[in-house]
Amino acid sequence: MLIIGELINTSRKAINEAVENRDAEYIKKIAQEQVEAGANYVDVNCGTMVFDEVETMEWLVNTVQEVVEVPLCIDSPNPKAIEAGLALAKYGQPLINSITGESERYNEILPLVLKYKTKVVALCMDDSGMPETAEDRMQVARNLHQKLTAAGVAEDDIYFDPLVKPVSTSDKAGLEVLDTVRLITQEFPNVHKVCGLSNVSFGLPNRKILNQLFMVQTMSMGMDSYILNPLDATMMGYVQASATLLGKDPYCMNYLNAHRKGLYDNK
Amino acid sequence: MSSFNDLAESVITGNFGKVKEITQEMIDKGIGPLEIINDGLIAGMNVVGVRFKAEDMFVPEVMMSAKAMAGGMELVKPLIADTDMPSVGTVVLGTVKGDLHDIGKSLVAMILESGGFKVVNLGTDIAPEGFVKAIREHKPQIVGMSALLTTTMLNMKATIELLKEEGLRDQVKVIVGGAPVSQSFADEIGADGYGSDAMVAKDLCFKLVGKAS
Repeated sequence: MLIIGELINTSRKAINEAVENRDAEYIKKIAQEQVEAGANYVDVNCGTMVFDEVETMEWLVNTVQEVVEVPLCIDSPNPKAIEAGLALAKYGQPLINSITGESERYNEILPLVLKYKTKVVALCMDDSGMPETAEDRMQVARNLHQKLTAAGVAEDDIYFDPLVKPVSTSDKAGLEVLDTVRLITQEFPNVHKVCGLSNVSFGLPNRKILNQLFMVQTMSMGMDSYILNPLDATMMGYVQASATLLGKDPYCMNYLNAHRKGLYDNK
Repeated sequence: MSSFNDLAESVITGNFGKVKEITQEMIDKGIGPLEIINDGLIAGMNVVGVRFKAEDMFVPEVMMSAKAMAGGMELVKPLIADTDMPSVGTVVLGTVKGDLHDIGKSLVAMILESGGFKVVNLGTDIAPEGFVKAIREHKPQIVGMSALLTTTMLNMKATIELLKEEGLRDQVKVIVGGAPVSQSFADEIGADGYGSDAMVAKDLCFKLVGKAS
């Protein structure tokens, strides 16, 4: 199970403040805590700094890499910021978040994937807009799979994101994602699937519970990576327990480690 | 005989069938359409708004209530001459160019409509020229722009710039919202206001048209 720690994002107030004050110690602390909590990748997103995003991305990547030696998820709508981050990323294989089937975005991001030999999150949307059904998503996924592999991207480097939308505004939104994950797993067994969890619960009370259960449900359909807050011990404990129950944990070693780390102490 | 209270209550519970039934019953009894709207339908939606703000009601319930209210409005609207239709003001809403996010903006539309605004919902991926055209056509007091992407939020600025060039900036108030947008961003691009959620947006619109919500 691949965990991408989502906390270093300037849309979060504390990070925004730390970035504006160039408070390297705070950024380092958050990076280190996420990795200690089990994040395999650290996401870096400073998309809200629209007027100096490139410079901020460079500072963040350098700052994070002073304290942790994990690969980074370079997360931005701006290809220039992505390239600035990739050029400095020095540990492992970085992950770009994200490419889509939209022709402009695709053409901007593909060269970066190839040049820096990255992994890439592929959003199941294209020029026809936001997908509603699983079939909408599959059409985009098939097209992206064909184009990316033909361009030389390894299946193992592709992470399809089915695009999670709120169940509060469309009651089949969760089901459509579950169907999509199942279909991708069937049709393309060698690619990965990734998603964030908080969109699903927008507009509803007790969001944590919905997010946790949606993690379990998507994992049961074949989801194998999550963008989440690894400092949420309950969620991390559930991720591990769910993977163990799905036969992804030989000798239950990861589950037992999670137990010894105290992730289930409040249960 | 059902009371305005019953009608409002049916809006609050999102009972589409009951709202239509009571509205029709009231029309048949000769009750004025404006009374039905103000004392029944909008009265109910106002309670929904307050409860939503207090996190006592949630998005799906608000949508059901809005749909139920619309069911009643459909019946009474034909009975009112256009000029008599009560309106707090007109708001043109759209998600900016390059951005396909619809949900938050439509929620704002729903809440504003239920507050008595006439809302022209342009949809998503609206170019600056699209806003200009809609302003000329609908003469709103307020233009609301939504963006959920950090790249597209700059199109709010582009739209405001175009409004200036076209000489329209002084004729409308501009408000902005969406996950990456903040008060400081709104100030920076020269917007008149920022709403952190649909209820704040409603209060803001009332303030901008100089009325109490």
